[in-house]
Parts: sequence; C-alpha cells; structure tokens
Amino acid sequence: MGRSVKGAPIRVLIAKPGLDGHDRGAKVVARALRDAGFEVIYAGLRQTPEEIVRAALEEDVDLIGLSILSGAHMALFPKVLALLKKEKAGNIPVFAGGIIPDEDARRLKKAGIRAIFGPGTTLEEIVTTAQRLARPAA
Amino acid sequence: MTRGDRLPPAARAILDGDRRALARVISQVEDQDPAADAVARALYPKTGRAAVIGVTGPLGVGKSSLINLLVGQLRDAGTTVAVVAVDPSSPFTGGSVLGDRIRFERRSDDVGVFFRSMASRGELGGIAARTRQVARLMDAAGFDVVLVETVGSGQVDLAIRDVASTSVVVLVPHLGDEVQTLKAGLFEIADVFCVNKSDLPGADLARKDLAELVSLGAARSAWTPKVVLTSTTQPSGVDALWTAISDHEKFLDTSGRRAVEERRRLSVEIVELVRERVGRDLAERLDHDPDLRGLLDEVVTRKIDPSLAADRLERGPPARR
Repeated sequence: MGRSVKGAPIRVLIAKPGLDGHDRGAKVVARALRDAGFEVIYAGLRQTPEEIVRAALEEDVDLIGLSILSGAHMALFPKVLALLKKEKAGNIPVFAGGIIPDEDARRLKKAGIRAIFGPGTTLEEIVTTAQRLARPAA
Repeated sequence: MTRGDRLPPAARAILDGDRRALARVISQVEDQDPAADAVARALYPKTGRAAVIGVTGPLGVGKSSLINLLVGQLRDAGTTVAVVAVDPSSPFTGGSVLGDRIRFERRSDDVGVFFRSMASRGELGGIAARTRQVARLMDAAGFDVVLVETVGSGQVDLAIRDVASTSVVVLVPHLGDEVQTLKAGLFEIADVFCVNKSDLPGADLARKDLAELVSLGAARSAWTPKVVLTSTTQPSGVDALWTAISDHEKFLDTSGRRAVEERRRLSVEIVELVRERVGRDLAERLDHDPDLRGLLDEVVTRKIDPSLAADRLERGPPARR
C-alpha cells in the first residue's frame, strides 16, 4: 500500500460566519494548517451557519474552524453546532478564533466548541490542537 | 429499490441521493481506501450518463467564478450539477488550501447541486489521481452535469482531456501574442475556448487570435472549437458558453466521436491504474525484496544500466518471497 488511509491528510473547513470582513486571522491560520500538511477548505467571508454546515458535509471534513470578530459569536456558533447535530454530524469537532470575551468562551465551550483561540495564541498551539481534535488517537 | 439488490449499503445510499454517503465515499476514493473499491465497482454500471465537462486554464483567469455562473444557469434550467474543483497540494508538506469554494454561491438548501474541493495530492497534469473516479461517483449519484475544475494549468497540464468529454480552456486578454496559440499543449485540447474578463481591453484581439487558430485546424477535424467571450464581474456570455459546450456534446453524439473518445479515456485509465499499482509494488520490492535489491545494487555499482535492469524485470521479476 502506498498512501495508507491512516496517513491521509486531515481535511479542515475554515470559515467566517457573520458580517465582519476581517479575514486576516482566518487566512493566517489556513496557511499555518496548510504548512502542517492539512487540506484546508477555505470557505471565506460572510458564511451563514447553514452554508458552513453544508460545506462541512459536502467536503466531508474532519474538523471545522470558525473565525469571527463581529461579536455575533454567541448567536452564530451555537447555531452551527445545532445544525451539525441536526444533520447527525455533531461528532465533527469545531474550534474557533477571534475576539471572544472569557465569559462567552466558557459558555461556548460548554455548548460544545472544542477550543477557542484568542489574540496572542501561537500558530503552533492552533496546529497541535487541530491535530489532536481531528485525530484523537494519534 | 430494485429487487434482489445486493449493492453495498454505501452504493445503495449514493444511488438513493444520500449526499453524506456520496461525500464519505469520495473521501475513501481520494484516500485510496480499499473499502471504496466494492462501492465503485457496484456503481460502475450505473455511470456514463452525466456530461463531464472540464474547465481548465491558467491560474487567475476566473475558472471558479465562471463555474459559479454556469452552475447558476444550469440550476435555473432545472439541470442538476456537481462540481469537483482541484487545487494544488504542496510538494513539501502535502498540505493545501482549497479556495475554489469561495466563489461558489448557492442556496444552502438546494439538493440539485454538490460541490467538492479536491487536492491534487502530488499528481501533475492539472487534476488528482482520483478525480476521474470522483466525477464518476457524482455521475452515479444522478447529477446531469459534472463540472471538473483543474488546478491553474500550465502549457502541458492536459490530463483533463482524459476525464472530460468536453474541455473548456479559459483564457484572458493579454496572455501573449498569437504565437502562443500556435504552441503545442493547452491550445490543442480545447473543444471550447472561453476568453474571460472580456470587459478588459484586448479581449477582441484575443478572440481574433483564437478564431484564427481554430480556423487553421478546421480542415483537419470535424469539430471546430468555438470561441466565446465571457465576463463574470458584469456577467455576460455565460449562456453562450453553455451553448458552445452543449453543441460540442451534441457533436460527440451525432459524429460517433463519443464512443471513440470514451474508449480512449477508459484505456488511459486502465493503463494508469496498472502503472500505478505495478510501480508501487515494484518500488516496494526494490527496497525490500533481496533479489530485486541485488538487481538495484548492480545498477548502483554501474555493472548494468537502468534500461537493462528494466528489461530483466519486464521479462519476469523473480518470484516474490
């Protein structure tokens, strides 16, 4: 066997829900994940939760990363999680980045967002967390 | 459901329109998971119905935006459509950023459309090793049209012609003078030329150069490639583009070329699969099989040359231990 399925690249969807246009963070993370060997499906700006979930299912991703700086995270993230559950895809881990106050971060984690990265997080931390979330056994 | 049906469950689900099942089996095919073989095999008799249309051309010419508009047009006409969009994998890390989805705007509840991004995973030629098989799964899933977007192509990324029945080569104004159109490679595989960004100056000159090119070849072929001007910023020409594609598809049927080309493509596919398997097996054995290691040693020490070693292997490699 050449490329064994075990060594298959991790597929991750990077999307920005909401209406803000600040996608630099999402692009930097996409680039870092690419350099770590991920296949990054970059869905870009202003995605609705419905579009994000649809993309995640069609692309059969192992992982979803959401970036937001508009402040609408408390509305949009739980919506994404609920839609995933509705599609019986609640097992796809979701992580998030952006400007998210600590109190909100606690509540979002409780709601099922697996990791939240604020300003100052190193790319290395994001990459290793993403690897761990996508392949818990590895 | 048909009676006495022994299809693997995943194959059954794909035929029944289960998009999750389609997405999962596509991943298995991409990963060359043996689990997908039985599914692909069971689905094969149900394929060959979709029109597989290739969209190729250099990077940045607007392939993704054009596909977005084409899909919109097809959906308005009630035609179902699947897209497989290939982007390059890094030769250094294996990673990739698949960004074609950004241009894709569809109602998120439209089940008549399916979009999949695909990394080239080391394959040259503009598509991935398994793009053809993925397009075939989409065909089995019942989509009327499968659009295959290649990576931004160079002059010799021509693999799309071994997958698609119609190849659209997308260009933009000012890519080069008319001598470029005489060169071998990309310009030879177009069934339809699309000059995109036709709102830019120079579009008409590009169209003229291409029209001259296709007129030069017209005597030698029953099909003269169409040249279409399009723009995606202020959408125009997309209907003409689809008409040109449809005309070529009709030509394939009326001229009998479809069967000839399909046979050629399947022959290429079989050869590629054998080459891939034999190559993989041989590389492994040259590393580990003591007899073959000896053969490699002889080449390394300059006793025999690589060509003679290949001759010996072709005559029959020593039995596997």
